[in-house]
Amino acid sequence: MEENIYMENILDHNKHPHNAGRLEDASRRARELNPSCGDTIELFLKLDACDRVADVKFDGKGCAVSMASASLLTDRIKGRPFAEVLAISERDILELLGIDVGPMRMKCAMLSLRALKSALSQPRESDPNTSCSH
Amino acid sequence: MQLPNVIQKDFPSLHVMDMRAFLDSAASSLTPVSVIEAMNDYYQNFRSNVHRGMYKTAGEATERYEAVRGTVANFLNAAPEEIVFSKGTTESLNLLATSLGRTFGPGDEVVLTEMEHHANLVPWQEAAKRHGFVLKFIPITSEYRLDMEAARALITSKTKAVSIVHASNVLGAVNPAKELAALAHAVGAVLILDAAQSIPHMKIDVRDLDCDFLAFSAHKAYGPTGVGVLYGKKALLEKMEPAQYGGDMIREVKYEGSTWNDAPMKFEAGTPNIAGVIGLGAAIQYLEAIGMDIAEAHDLELTAYALEKLSAIPGVKIVGPTVGERIGVISFEVSGAHPHDLATLFDREGVAVRGGHHCAMPLMGKLGLSGTCRASFGIYNGKEDVEALVVAIEKAKVTLKL
Repeated sequence: MEENIYMENILDHNKHPHNAGRLEDASRRARELNPSCGDTIELFLKLDACDRVADVKFDGKGCAVSMASASLLTDRIKGRPFAEVLAISERDILELLGIDVGPMRMKCAMLSLRALKSALSQPRESDPNTSCSH
Repeated sequence: MQLPNVIQKDFPSLHVMDMRAFLDSAASSLTPVSVIEAMNDYYQNFRSNVHRGMYKTAGEATERYEAVRGTVANFLNAAPEEIVFSKGTTESLNLLATSLGRTFGPGDEVVLTEMEHHANLVPWQEAAKRHGFVLKFIPITSEYRLDMEAARALITSKTKAVSIVHASNVLGAVNPAKELAALAHAVGAVLILDAAQSIPHMKIDVRDLDCDFLAFSAHKAYGPTGVGVLYGKKALLEKMEPAQYGGDMIREVKYEGSTWNDAPMKFEAGTPNIAGVIGLGAAIQYLEAIGMDIAEAHDLELTAYALEKLSAIPGVKIVGPTVGERIGVISFEVSGAHPHDLATLFDREGVAVRGGHHCAMPLMGKLGLSGTCRASFGIYNGKEDVEALVVAIEKAKVTLKL
């Protein structure tokens, strides 16, 4: 079932995660914890005036599955419109990972998505005014 | 030592689980046939409630249930009326935090350690919030031992209770219980021992340790889940108020109010885990038949072997003391690998370990770790299990490209 978790792309993302770091001028940030293992991910999101994800970064410690998923998810949402990002589901994450995660590691795979959902659910006050003409 | 070869046949789940090396007894040990049979015997042959019925099977159930109180008392060198049955270490410690906690107040202190399991931390945090007393923590040294100099300074006339883990479920370190009991008693405080991890690995004599309370679970000592023990010195239990109320714990109930049964019955509200208690009795008999001295020697020998083998692997760091008094609970890191990835990869090799924070998040924070891998031993483990772990670590390093 979990035979193919440690595929080349997962290990690469784990060793060299994309968008790792912190955004001090983020308009939204959310921290999620996986209580079963103690891993945490803090997600930083900056929206632009067109309500798109201008920048995103994540900071945290985690297993290969949670790190690869955060790396892939942040790549996926960068530059994308708010409404599209809001619609990202667990199924999308599994497709991005391209591995059979299995029930025991599902929480690891979804940690960054939970942080994203939490950031997206925050009030809009801190976002820039949407005055986009596109 | 040939102990594992002789007794592996007693543990059916070793054979059905397709597991080469079960190294997670600190989470929950496996259960021998004699324990399973004792519980089945209750359900098949004398299934009745205890302390009530006038018929034969009710008498049999009560007799067998109460006999275990004697078995546990004998095992700990206590008296039967000092043994309270609970659903486990967590409930035993909650009982103390609730019942003792409400006799403490502002200005009072309860001393814990930095290596407590959440079960001996969170109940005290909640009681402290409610009643206004303060928690203090004995720090750990760079050798993963309690800083006893700090302990002497922290235990003062304000201290009402010192509640410590006897053997750490993360570090494997055995704490100096006798010395801490003396420090606690010198200031009029009680000493509480969380013996969840120490109970399967060493002979525990509550009179010798001079602890006032001791908590443990059956399921870490080859017994069933959902049952445990609180030992308390008789005079202390007699003074304490119950933590739960209901049937079986009362003396007389009127609409206006009620009075309580004597200890230990006043702490056992409701129908207990009867089969579980009977299973606990069988588990203790099983351990006593092997001999706690032999179980302890086996654990020490296997631990020394594992520490030597694991330390020799490049990139492996033991998180816990490598010398001095400890039990076969060995946390380790593999440089560059997350504990969950290691646990998953080990599972492919049929090696079962725990990866994570082990219900000790503050300790992990203090050590600067998010988690560790933990291999822990039972009486059924042998050197071949350690060797399987070593192979699994080497293979995981290759898979993870470390």
